[in-house]
Amino acid sequence: MSQNENNSFTYSQVTNDVVRMLEKPTYKWWALFLPTLGFVGIGMVCFFYQVYTGLGVAGYRHPVFWGVYITNFVFWVGIAHSGTLISAILYLFRARFRMSIYRVSEAMTVFAVLTAGLFPIIHLGRAWNFYWLFPYPNQRELWINFKSPLVWDVFAVSTYLTVSSVFFFVGMIPDIAAVRDKVTAVPRKIIYTILSLGWKGSHWEWLHYSRAYLYFAALATPLVLSVHSVVSWDFAMANVPGWHSTIFAPYFVAGAIFSGLAMVITLTIPLRKIFRLENYITMDNYDGMAKLILFTGGIVTYSYATEILLSWYTGSPFEWGQTYYRMTGPYAPLFWTMIFCNVVAPIPLWFKKYRSNIKVLFIISLLINIGMWFERFNIITMSLSHEFEPGAWGIYKISWVEAGITAGSFAWFFMFFLIFIKTLPAVSIAEIKEILPVPKKGGNK
Amino acid sequence: MKSDQGVLGIFTYLDTVTDAVKELKNNGYEQLKVFSPFPNHEIEDVMEESPSPVRYFTLFGGLLGATCGFGFTVLTAMSWPIPVSAKPVVSIIPFMVIVFELTILFGALSTLIGLLINSFVRKRAPITLYDPRFSDDKFGIMVVCPEDKIKNVESILKSRGAEEVKFDTVEY
Repeated sequence: MSQNENNSFTYSQVTNDVVRMLEKPTYKWWALFLPTLGFVGIGMVCFFYQVYTGLGVAGYRHPVFWGVYITNFVFWVGIAHSGTLISAILYLFRARFRMSIYRVSEAMTVFAVLTAGLFPIIHLGRAWNFYWLFPYPNQRELWINFKSPLVWDVFAVSTYLTVSSVFFFVGMIPDIAAVRDKVTAVPRKIIYTILSLGWKGSHWEWLHYSRAYLYFAALATPLVLSVHSVVSWDFAMANVPGWHSTIFAPYFVAGAIFSGLAMVITLTIPLRKIFRLENYITMDNYDGMAKLILFTGGIVTYSYATEILLSWYTGSPFEWGQTYYRMTGPYAPLFWTMIFCNVVAPIPLWFKKYRSNIKVLFIISLLINIGMWFERFNIITMSLSHEFEPGAWGIYKISWVEAGITAGSFAWFFMFFLIFIKTLPAVSIAEIKEILPVPKKGGNK
Repeated sequence: MKSDQGVLGIFTYLDTVTDAVKELKNNGYEQLKVFSPFPNHEIEDVMEESPSPVRYFTLFGGLLGATCGFGFTVLTAMSWPIPVSAKPVVSIIPFMVIVFELTILFGALSTLIGLLINSFVRKRAPITLYDPRFSDDKFGIMVVCPEDKIKNVESILKSRGAEEVKFDTVEY
């Protein structure tokens, strides 16, 4: 955002540019939205077919009973993480490059958690009993098992959804008020008036707002680290070769931020182009994100190396057998795709020339998204398909129902995102104004 | 119910706003509200408000969450004990995950309640005068004063660079 400090933006221009994004959807928007709805429909049909027929249609076969659904769950929780990194952690560090992209990434967080939350339910044999996961008073005084990582997951993910939604909404209140004051059409004016909660921008409101925002950021920061740690413990707590490892928590958190940043780049590049936001989402923003991708990608690469080294060094034939199986077994192409996408593909980002090339960034971000999906798939299914007893080894194949639901989940995520960019301010009006030079009669010293 | 007059000055420049606030305060006007499109430290400094009590809500919520998380896990484990392999029924380490998550959840929700109570409910004097430009590119000062002081307030606001001045009755 540093370019903005030098150009001639006015406060009004910022408000108008953001409000302009909320105008009536164009045919291009509909051209994206309708196919998205279609895929959501396909996903729903597949899900109802699975509920009606039973989980057998999901391709689950002995010994693999955690497949694509759990992969998708971990993938989407991971995608959510960079939103909180950008909105909360970089806020605490006062990193200015976050300002124009944080709203989009926060929205991405909320929608990704909404998508992730579907999968544990889809994965259930009797999906309608999903509420058994929550502790609720019942006649028999039966309570959930708080020692189970799956219950930790319920608490971590639902807390994450609640806190990130609150953070997302509170962050938007002053901007919704700005939109309220600009729009004239009656139904929209009423909706924005209700959503702005009577915000007037007085110093009294800002005083409490700034404090509360700081605390939200301070609470969201440890939360984001805990959520993916808890997700990683779903695996690390189990005695399965390839899962039972103490590095899983930091490894998963770094991987989550790595994939989430890539998703932010994938989403903002078309957004910036379509809404002509080049002056707001600048190359400096992408440079900052690319550097963070390099950093987290470095941790991911290091974790891959550590995993391999440890499996050899422990001397456990099962651990080494699992590593060897991943590299050379029937799933080897997926393993090497993961290595290419997550270790090799980000290498050009070490050079400024590529960090400032929008096409290169877009391609690398797509590759990282693909690579990180495969990483989760590799960890989850390969470990299960090749445990201790050779007699119990087996291969898992994705069924068309799983593929349909997975495609539907991507569409579900994009559907929310498309609705968001047409209904709510996708760039923070107040924060952009905060970093513009303040108008002073005596001039800025 | 008390009734006073509200005077609103609309400004373009931040330094004129802070100067006007200082002069109004020097003249004994304490019922002031300053509007701006974004949070600003200069306004915060000149208004000299005491720190926001939102922090107590956060602290209380966090402590309540930790207590609930701890109590909930321990009491439910004890209400129907299922001993497994001589392992402890009340197992503190795994319960800490729940304690941690509930600390954050309650902390965040009570921060939200604190924000809503403090900024929207506990407003001291109601904001009867507002201009939609305050969320766009203008600053404003609203002064609540007795009726005989209106002229004085208006002259201070205008002399300090207010481009427009509006009036209304304030009941609180």
